[in-house]
Amino acid sequence: MQIKESAKVYDAIIVGSGAGGGMACNILANKGLKVALLEAGPFFDPKDPQTMTQLKNPWDSPRRGASVTRAFGDFDMSWGDWQVDGEPYTTKDDTKFMWWRSRMLGGRTNHWGRISLRFGPVDFKHKDVDGLGENWPITYDEVKPYYDRLDKMIGVFGTKEGLPNDPDGYFLPPPKPRLHELYYAKGAKKLGIPVIPSRLSILTKKINNDRGVCFYCSQCGRSCSAYADFSSGSCLIFPAQKSGQVDLYTNAMVRSVTTNDEGLATGVSYINKDDRKEYQLKARTVVLGASACSTARILLNSKSAQHPNGLGNSSDHVGRYLHDSTGAGRSAFVPALMDRKLYNEDGVGGMHLYTPWWGDHSKLDFPRGYHIEVWGGLGMPAYGFGFNISEMNKYIGGAVGGYGDKLRDDVKRFFGAIVGFGGRGEAIARYDNRCELDPDVVDQFGIPVLRFDYKWSDYERLQAKHMTETFDEITHAMGGIPMGDLPGPESDYGLLAPGQIIHEVGTTRMGDNSQTSVTNKYSQLHDAKNVFVVDAGVFTSQADKNCTWTIMALSMRASEYIADQMTKKNI
Amino acid sequence: MDRRDTLKTLLVGAVAGVTVGSAASCHPDKAANAVTVGAGEKFYGRTPKELERDNRIRSQKYLTNHELETIAVLCDIILPSTASATSATGAGVPAFIKFIVKDIPSHQLPMRGGLAWLDLESNKRFNKQFQFCTKARQIAIIDDIAYPDENNEKPDMAPGRKFFNLMRNLTVTGYYTSREGFKDLGYVGNRPNIWDGIPEEVLAEHDVDYDPEWIAKCVDQSKRDVIAKWDDDMNLIS
Repeated sequence: MQIKESAKVYDAIIVGSGAGGGMACNILANKGLKVALLEAGPFFDPKDPQTMTQLKNPWDSPRRGASVTRAFGDFDMSWGDWQVDGEPYTTKDDTKFMWWRSRMLGGRTNHWGRISLRFGPVDFKHKDVDGLGENWPITYDEVKPYYDRLDKMIGVFGTKEGLPNDPDGYFLPPPKPRLHELYYAKGAKKLGIPVIPSRLSILTKKINNDRGVCFYCSQCGRSCSAYADFSSGSCLIFPAQKSGQVDLYTNAMVRSVTTNDEGLATGVSYINKDDRKEYQLKARTVVLGASACSTARILLNSKSAQHPNGLGNSSDHVGRYLHDSTGAGRSAFVPALMDRKLYNEDGVGGMHLYTPWWGDHSKLDFPRGYHIEVWGGLGMPAYGFGFNISEMNKYIGGAVGGYGDKLRDDVKRFFGAIVGFGGRGEAIARYDNRCELDPDVVDQFGIPVLRFDYKWSDYERLQAKHMTETFDEITHAMGGIPMGDLPGPESDYGLLAPGQIIHEVGTTRMGDNSQTSVTNKYSQLHDAKNVFVVDAGVFTSQADKNCTWTIMALSMRASEYIADQMTKKNI
Repeated sequence: MDRRDTLKTLLVGAVAGVTVGSAASCHPDKAANAVTVGAGEKFYGRTPKELERDNRIRSQKYLTNHELETIAVLCDIILPSTASATSATGAGVPAFIKFIVKDIPSHQLPMRGGLAWLDLESNKRFNKQFQFCTKARQIAIIDDIAYPDENNEKPDMAPGRKFFNLMRNLTVTGYYTSREGFKDLGYVGNRPNIWDGIPEEVLAEHDVDYDPEWIAKCVDQSKRDVIAKWDDDMNLIS
């Protein structure tokens, strides 16, 4: 099989079309650079009626939306989940890491929760506070201008709160809370736990004439056909294509970055999934936004005489310091929410309010915080609706079991009476938690796959313990009854497996020291100045925030640096 | 799934396409937010691979006719019709169960074994398979397996109780994820609208309130189509 080379030389090749790659594509194309954007999955447009799931009814699916072929159910708009056919990954020892990949234009941004939180000043310098992990080489003030522009460019609702480590932004107005959310707020406030409007990248108000405004179907996970939520394709890539500067390559699975005798990148080598042949593209700069772990994999697979340990890996740090957000959840039955009058309370996708981290670590036995997400309400029935509904009677002294009219009554009486809580917290990045190439296993394209080696520590376990105990306290304070048993040490206090929260970061972390980091503070490889990373790989540490807004702010920053350096002929 | 069921599914997919617009009553003339949803689309946004899998599963046979007939009887014991609501069979629940046990193979043995247990029990008591018994006799068996046995009075019925729970779960879920089930439940979501808070009469019934300070920060739906502008201090001014 002969490798097919293209004679064309791009200014930049961007690998991956999610939050980071999409932003790089948008910025670079609008700066007039000639860009090739490579995506390992097929083309996707949220408004294409052939692929759309938004506003479908459960009976449109023969399995009523069950999660048989898609991990989050039939209507979730992610092609690929923790398993991708023909593209395995492996784990070492008793590691339980789960790796989500969305193979489609826009990647995971098509189905994500749209929770768009800025990192705060402390999040960039947390080692200064507690001595753990590593400081970022940049400060909040250096990233703030990019967050500011991002808010206006993409749109995010929220409120000015003046909190020290949850910075405000240029917010659209938030939607009013739902009923169960008021119960949550009431319970939390009794305990002194703050509750504020959530911050989601959903348009409650027009920001330009290209995108629609939210029509409150609550289905951002299905990707919005009106482009009223943020997806990389609809908000970054399609607008960038109008410049005429973007060549889009879909089903293009990048195997490696090619380099020259000086160790600089010359382009990429990729497999076209349609004909399974290998192709090469050339560029002056390579921008990796394949996702933290996929980017690490590409770098590790890019071995050459100049980079024998993989590109950017002279420090042996590629793949290390991998960390996901922590997660644990509980649910509550709230008797006051029984026998509800029904109305359309779909609202936006996700919660209308949330709790940012409030704790004082000097009084706690774990070092980093978490935020609380709340769910519940009169959601659309799907597969699983009504399972064991009669069991709910045990909470109110009613009769369990039965059929007929009693069963219909049970279904209706308990509809909307369950509220759930999810904690999403910060883990400490550890040198030993990593992904590396599995020496024995390749995927269906012959490319060596990743092997994960990851262990939680007591920092995360004790944080999960605090989460679930707090959720039960809130439950009591809001007049509810915790459902199920409080998880104990045998299940790590309910701490979910790493990778389950789908916020993996840190594999090509940025730092000033080339011996202990992969990229510099401009997301540029220490080892090859014309290779940049624009996904969450560059995160020196995660925060008690979701990572997308920071991915995009840093991608914007790196992309402008690239354009500037190319103009100055430094690259 | 037989040909008729397939046609039915196609039809449902076809009529699901609707054109919707902004429901902002304050701006009835603004069509900026209008969106055409799934016009003419078949099925529900499947990838070619998923569609192939759906079709393969539809073409396979797992449950026998006798088993499906017994399931239909059970479905209508679990959710019979009422003055205002369709029965489970009327809502197509047996067809859903027929599909889902093929789609989720872990349901197969409990379903088949449970149905066989039911016939054995029925034969033992009435010398007839369950579906051929009179309604009264069917109910006599069902009443022994539809409730928990907290005092362990009928331990022999345990397999039946386990099976009935599965039947009840699949029937309830199949029913309330159908068009008829939405109607019975009174579910009114999954359509474009403008969320502007909890209806006042609902809020009045609950021991919670909107904080005026909070609500003042929330979206003014009469200005949703006005392009956002901010001052330099992050205040929205449009």
